[in-house]
Amino acid sequence: MNYEPVLLRNIGKKLYKVADYVKEGGYSGLEKALQMKPEEITEEVKKANLRGRGGAGFPAGVKWSFVPKDIYPKYLVCNADESEPGTFKDRVLIEEDPHLLIEGCAISSYAIGANTCYIYIRGEYTKQADILEDAIADAYKEGIIGSKVMDSNFSLDIVVHRGAGAYICGEETGLLESLEGKRGQPRVKPPFPAVVGAFGKPTVINNVETLCCVPFIVSRGAEWFRSIGIDEKNCGPKLYAISGHVEKPGVYEFPMGITFEKLLEEAGGIWQGRKLKAFIPGGASAPVMTADDIGIPMSFDHLAKAGSMLGSAAVIVIDDNTCMVKVAKTIAHFFNHESCGQCTPCREGTNWLEYIIDKVLSGKATEKDIDLLTGVCNQIEGNCLCALGDAAAMSVRSIAIKFKEEFMKYVKKLTLVRE
Amino acid sequence: MSNKYITQKIKEKFSKVAHLYPSKRALLIPLLSEIQKEHDGWLSRNAIREVAQFLELSEADVYGVVSFYDLLHDRYVGKHRIRVCTNISCMLRGADELIKALEEELKVKAGEVTPDGTFSFVGFECLGACEVAPMAMIDDHYYGNLTPKKLIDIVRSLK
Repeated sequence: MNYEPVLLRNIGKKLYKVADYVKEGGYSGLEKALQMKPEEITEEVKKANLRGRGGAGFPAGVKWSFVPKDIYPKYLVCNADESEPGTFKDRVLIEEDPHLLIEGCAISSYAIGANTCYIYIRGEYTKQADILEDAIADAYKEGIIGSKVMDSNFSLDIVVHRGAGAYICGEETGLLESLEGKRGQPRVKPPFPAVVGAFGKPTVINNVETLCCVPFIVSRGAEWFRSIGIDEKNCGPKLYAISGHVEKPGVYEFPMGITFEKLLEEAGGIWQGRKLKAFIPGGASAPVMTADDIGIPMSFDHLAKAGSMLGSAAVIVIDDNTCMVKVAKTIAHFFNHESCGQCTPCREGTNWLEYIIDKVLSGKATEKDIDLLTGVCNQIEGNCLCALGDAAAMSVRSIAIKFKEEFMKYVKKLTLVRE
Repeated sequence: MSNKYITQKIKEKFSKVAHLYPSKRALLIPLLSEIQKEHDGWLSRNAIREVAQFLELSEADVYGVVSFYDLLHDRYVGKHRIRVCTNISCMLRGADELIKALEEELKVKAGEVTPDGTFSFVGFECLGACEVAPMAMIDDHYYGNLTPKKLIDIVRSLK
């Protein structure tokens, strides 16, 4: 496919120093932004229909406009906790183009009126956190950030804050708790972080990729951004992290809404000449799709309409040699392990999901157990503070329904033994 | 109080960023991670007590944080901690075989420390490197495109 990458344009160039990044046109977005009024930037981002790349797809400009004007200080938090299974796009962005993220953070902080930006990065990404810290140190030295951002009257500090290993800290309010030095248990909403966020102050939390889009929206305009992609609500350059049974797993950039079929082709197709059985379009949280859905456009709204979600665009491809019960087991185990334990339906429910699937795999389950499995999913969904329980329920249920015959194979084996 | 864990070096490091946080407690997780790095990769009861006193928190509160996070340990986990990603993308490409190979090589189960104290391994949730699945994180380093043989060779080279 003929497409000039935007977000990944600096891949392999090793632009770790401000001077090198500037040579490639870097920080021109920030320079332009500082000539604008903060509201104008928010307006431009709104017009661009930039939707959150972390998973929820909420319009970033709208999120920014929720921040009350008269409460200080305000904070920008960059969510670099990237823990959704199958997702590794933010890691690549930080590794390959740290100054792009710094530029995005600086512009966004200026737009919302924050003088401190925390980049919360998962603890496992030690190399990436080091790269980012070095790049930030250079940005301070070169006057890009600090007390006078590019010689303006705007001051900005950027801090890399390292997590310590917990999926739930990718959830906005779980992240804030963790940033404040607590267990990462999500908060009750409302109030939303835009009003009461980090340290009780108005806070905007945006994903790495979302923030990396901002410099381009400022320098090239909202119209340019909207012109890329399948439609005006699902637009802009998009990173897709493809993994699993493909020949060339990796991060690919395409206009939002490329079809799964095209994406699969770009990733070299299914490995070892096998056939496609299923795919997960947006990380472990997203309901599974089958080979029949191959033509689906990979956008927020198209996938939602089809009963799944784009999420973080972590595309996991599954070949026809794979046992889907085992896939369900892996997903159930993950959510069981990562449930923060705060809400009973999720804490107990995810445990039950794993227990029942284990029972199926051991050949001791009856058909009733498979009904119980979907029953437990129904009881988790909608009954918890955050989306973790919902994700577990929707994802496991989709496999149990769409691949019920595979579950039944384990059940039937038992019947044969009895006979 | 003499500080065994919050050393001068650690204090200096954190004094550079402390003013960027409106609460002292925000330093808790980075502080625990730093102390753990300097003390054989785990946090003793005494370390937890010292951190609690330093940040004016209760020991139970600090322990609650330590027990919540996968990268913080309240017991010795070996000189080298091997975390094998067992989530979907790695599972699809053979993570199970890596776990099996480690069991055979190290002769311990997941989570146990080898008798000589050198290694422990665990199945870990997605480490965000699915393009090189199956993969593992050993101490602070990522190793990708693993086979059982490759992984065991790496482990032997660490002994």
